Amino acid sequence: MKRFLGFVKKEFLHIFRDYRTMIILFGIPAAQILLFGFVVRTDLENARIAFLDLSRDEVTLKLSDKICSSGFFSRGEYLTSYKDVDQVLRGSKIKAVVIFEEDFSTKLTGEGKAAISIITDGSEPNMATLTTNYITAIINDFNRDLAGTAANGVLLVQPEVSMFYNPSLKSQFMFVPGVITLIMILICALMTSITITREKEFGTMEVLLVSPLKPIQIILGKVLPYFILSFIDVILILLLSWLVFGLPVKGSLALLLAESMLYILMSLSLGILISTVARTMQQAIFISLVGMMLPTILLSGFIFPIENMPKVYGWISSILPPRYFIVIIKNIMIKGTGFLYVWKETLILVMFTFAFIGLAIRNFKIRLQ
Amino acid sequence: MIRNTVISVHNLVKKFGKFIANDHLNFEVYEGEIFGFLGANGAGKTTAIRILSGLSAPTSGEVIVAGFNAKKQPEKIKKSIGYMCQKFSLYEDLTVRENIMLYGGIYGMSKKEIRERTKSLLVRLHYEAYGDRLIASLPLGLRQKLAFSVAVLHEPRIVFLDEPTGGVDPITRRQFWEMIYETAARGITVFVTTHYMDEAEYCDRVSIMSEGRIVALDTPAGLKDQYHSESVEEVFIKITRPGKN
Repeated sequence: MKRFLGFVKKEFLHIFRDYRTMIILFGIPAAQILLFGFVVRTDLENARIAFLDLSRDEVTLKLSDKICSSGFFSRGEYLTSYKDVDQVLRGSKIKAVVIFEEDFSTKLTGEGKAAISIITDGSEPNMATLTTNYITAIINDFNRDLAGTAANGVLLVQPEVSMFYNPSLKSQFMFVPGVITLIMILICALMTSITITREKEFGTMEVLLVSPLKPIQIILGKVLPYFILSFIDVILILLLSWLVFGLPVKGSLALLLAESMLYILMSLSLGILISTVARTMQQAIFISLVGMMLPTILLSGFIFPIENMPKVYGWISSILPPRYFIVIIKNIMIKGTGFLYVWKETLILVMFTFAFIGLAIRNFKIRLQ
Repeated sequence: MIRNTVISVHNLVKKFGKFIANDHLNFEVYEGEIFGFLGANGAGKTTAIRILSGLSAPTSGEVIVAGFNAKKQPEKIKKSIGYMCQKFSLYEDLTVRENIMLYGGIYGMSKKEIRERTKSLLVRLHYEAYGDRLIASLPLGLRQKLAFSVAVLHEPRIVFLDEPTGGVDPITRRQFWEMIYETAARGITVFVTTHYMDEAEYCDRVSIMSEGRIVALDTPAGLKDQYHSESVEEVFIKITRPGKN
């Protein structure tokens, strides 16, 4: 045991002395969270809207005020003619132009309907869809108010839409679980495979194997520090997203941490497996980055929904462990569900872990002979 | 004089599939001896060393190292030997003291013991000033000497040196061999493989391997007599490439 502890201490020294490792361990997770949280957003905040109000009456003013005070939009220029529409959109500061037709209020009260057109910048399809949806929602709301107050109001069937679990549609809700998933596979798989292949490359692995340390102690000693530090990372990311973005963990925190440990364990065994295949650090980096990072970002459901993928990609995604962890962590963090809802995914992760460890042991034995 | 045998090998065979890496090796190494292990690349030296140090099991034959059977008790062998290979020059991002602490700990030495040995080791090498320097900041020669000292820190019965002087300048090589002599004089058996034929002359006995077999084993002087040669290098060439002479 004393032998083992001395070895673990050495591994910690390696980590703390190498500023690159420290950056990957603590800098990248923090940067990723802040980056994804603040920059990469799929929700709206203060998108500038221009108005072309051809009637300028009480109703159009009220409606444009309502749009601008929603918190999603800020008021841009007031245009005077159709010619300007194209011009402001080209400037690309304005995300959408809302046009009220002439005699808007008269038509609305007289004929019971009036036209509004929303023109968006199609070169940014995401933004365009979002703005249209949000503005439409606001107008619908306005309609409802109008129908309710009007004396001769017609009773309409009004759909009431509400978003469960993430009522304000915050995009951080989507990214934080994804970032945890991504970072853990990065740190665990990449870093362990690097640290083990480094010993191989420098020849120290041979000396360790000849020493009284058992192979299992060597491997455990190498991954234990990463297990501890990764776990600290999970806590750090959760704290950060709670303090900065106000993102709570709805479900059981203990369950979430336990599942994270399982996922870290799975990633570490994957790292060990990679290190039995890779001969050099470069190979290890290549396998981890190209083999794990890219598929995780693209195919795990982190950004793009798996349901929308062509079938083949869906199949590929089902052999990617991060895919299951994303389901687990989203369920616990955002929906607040218990173990009953994620036991299948948990079981799959356990199976992945055993498979990776088994393969790694087999490879290791072949190499030793 | 009857000398204690620390390594005895009888009919050692190691096969990898159909390939025979070690073909019926027989030899003994005595306590306090400097035993040279020569051979071209691929002659089977590394395979033999791996078996002797408990890293891999022999296919057949009996191998006893430091009183333990290599097939059945490799863990016990590992505790009683030291090992240093060409690439090994300690962990660069740790200090001299930390490296010594690590290996001392791995070999089960107490902290007090390690501290005392570290001190006497640094004094002996005139490295007192280097104790807290990172290995990365030391020149290669120093590192190799230090690596050797660390390999024998726990006073093993045998130390295996796998091409220990590769890439080292002649002066350091010389100093290195002085350290080997000192170590052997303390009763630690030195088992060394090398490419440098002049180094073979420094050994008490030399074995030459070719194509998986030991083709010659004697003192350097005996070998030169037997093959009518001026140097071990000449002997080596005559043995391993008989057709060209």
